[in-house]
Amino acid sequence: MSRYRFILIILLAGLLLTGCRGNPGGENDAPASANTINNKGSDTLVNLGLAWAEQYQALYPEARISVTGGGTGVGIQSLLNGTVQLASASRQITERELQTARAGGIEPVEFVVAQDAIAVIVHPDNPVEQLSLQQISDIYSGKINNWSEVGGEDRPIVRLSRESNSGTHVYFLEAVLRMGREDDRTLFAPQTLLLPSSEGIIAEVSDNPNAIGYDGLGYVTPNVKVLAVSADEDGPYVLPSEETVNNGTYPIARDLYMYTAGEPQGMLLDYLNWILSPDAQQIVSALGFVPVPVES
Amino acid sequence: MIARNRLTEIGVTRLIQLAGFSSIIFMGMILYFLLTEGVPALGEVSLRELFSSRWYPIEGFYGILPLITGSLMVTIGAMLIAVPFGLCAAVYISEVAPPRLAAVLKPLVEILAGLPSVVLGFLGIVILSPFLRRFLDLPTGLTAFTGSLLLGGIAIPTVISISEDALNNVPRSYREAARALGATGWQTIWGVTVPAARSGILTAVMLGVGRAMGETMAVMMVTGNAPVLPSSLGALFEPARTMTATIASEMGEVATGSEHYHVLFFIGIVLFLFSLVVNLIASRLVFRSKGRAERVLS
Repeated sequence: MSRYRFILIILLAGLLLTGCRGNPGGENDAPASANTINNKGSDTLVNLGLAWAEQYQALYPEARISVTGGGTGVGIQSLLNGTVQLASASRQITERELQTARAGGIEPVEFVVAQDAIAVIVHPDNPVEQLSLQQISDIYSGKINNWSEVGGEDRPIVRLSRESNSGTHVYFLEAVLRMGREDDRTLFAPQTLLLPSSEGIIAEVSDNPNAIGYDGLGYVTPNVKVLAVSADEDGPYVLPSEETVNNGTYPIARDLYMYTAGEPQGMLLDYLNWILSPDAQQIVSALGFVPVPVES
Repeated sequence: MIARNRLTEIGVTRLIQLAGFSSIIFMGMILYFLLTEGVPALGEVSLRELFSSRWYPIEGFYGILPLITGSLMVTIGAMLIAVPFGLCAAVYISEVAPPRLAAVLKPLVEILAGLPSVVLGFLGIVILSPFLRRFLDLPTGLTAFTGSLLLGGIAIPTVISISEDALNNVPRSYREAARALGATGWQTIWGVTVPAARSGILTAVMLGVGRAMGETMAVMMVTGNAPVLPSSLGALFEPARTMTATIASEMGEVATGSEHYHVLFFIGIVLFLFSLVVNLIASRLVFRSKGRAERVLS
């Protein structure tokens, strides 16, 4: 929080200083300074974005990067109306957003900056080690209600999920509950507990042997057990890791994106190039996300 | 000099008048805003859909019934805890406790009333909910009952503080008269002091209900937020989702002017109606009790 505030204060100070210089051109929409980058969007990417910004500003003291969350939709919206130069997204830009962008004369450019795997977690005492996607889907949609149906003890299943406004929730709904089928209208069972934070899910799973939850691999702590997941019934069951996400064998993984309005230039281009460098991708693994393969 | 006095008089009167009217103006503005943002929901979502039992806004399911029952369950549960405890504590502080102890207890209760609810919510998630899960052998400790307990805890200081004031305001002569007639301490409290302070106690209960129904953060943290329509009394020990928690967790992300946005404001209208009904009932009760008290005393 204090880091975030610090960056914000720096940004505000920067804005004030540029204000002193005056703006003879009268172009109010122009970025406050060529060295300022506003990055807004996916809550999944906030911590990573902050770590990148901090490191980059340590390397290039003249850079001013502010990072805020709010959700992927909010970030892309801000990019399209010109309030930020960089939108972080936990999903690809939608057709509708692309149309709005083109109507406004903006051609969004996409960068895959990291990968995220969603880990399915249970209490460490739960004997269940692995589940297929179909089983997880049946658990969350309410078809399976007892752990004994998937090889566990005779205990009721308590389903935990993030709130429906989180990108992780939507991704889990599409990739796991509906198993990627467009026409599938499967929903979360109404009994699913919707918790407002990742920490809430970890806290409940680590305490409650009945619980099953999911969360970004980056948020999983050692006091919960991560399950191996298979795409179909007869395996292979794969634990999420950097390796299994990169070679595509872990089934619940996704790319994380950054979008710019038009081809990036100047410092923005430099920043994005740096993000894709081995140094910056090291931060990705440090925060529990999965780095993208670096092209040389 | 006299003219100047009159001027001050008029000025002060106007100032007080303005302050008095401002609450009506604010109320009117809030109501206007709620209605303009919430009523369009009725045009976009049919009443039948609105009062169905499935709440899943990102797929267009706008059934607010489970949210209403969730709020009711948690609030009623909280009042069942807060009213008896709060009233007994107030009676103890005002009527029974030695003055020196009462002088310590009263400020303590007031400090408790100022405790931020998010702190209680945190205690709820870390201590109360795991304890309840083990103690009552529930599938999960994040239930409507956990919310009720916490909300009860949040409402108790309000109830104590205001009903204690009301009890204190009962003239000493009432108690003396009762004792002179040979009533025991208990009979005096139950038959004279508490009934005489009834309107103040009702105000305390009403404010307690308001505090419980409007509370958001603590409830969001411990009730599990699952929008399930209760089928039996056992639902009290299952997760529930309240109206306030829904507005708080979804308003931040919703697109302004969308269906979902209007429905969230419609929930605000429903909450507003609830507090209106609570207020109406309470003022009706206060009015009636006054009539009876006057009859007894004249």
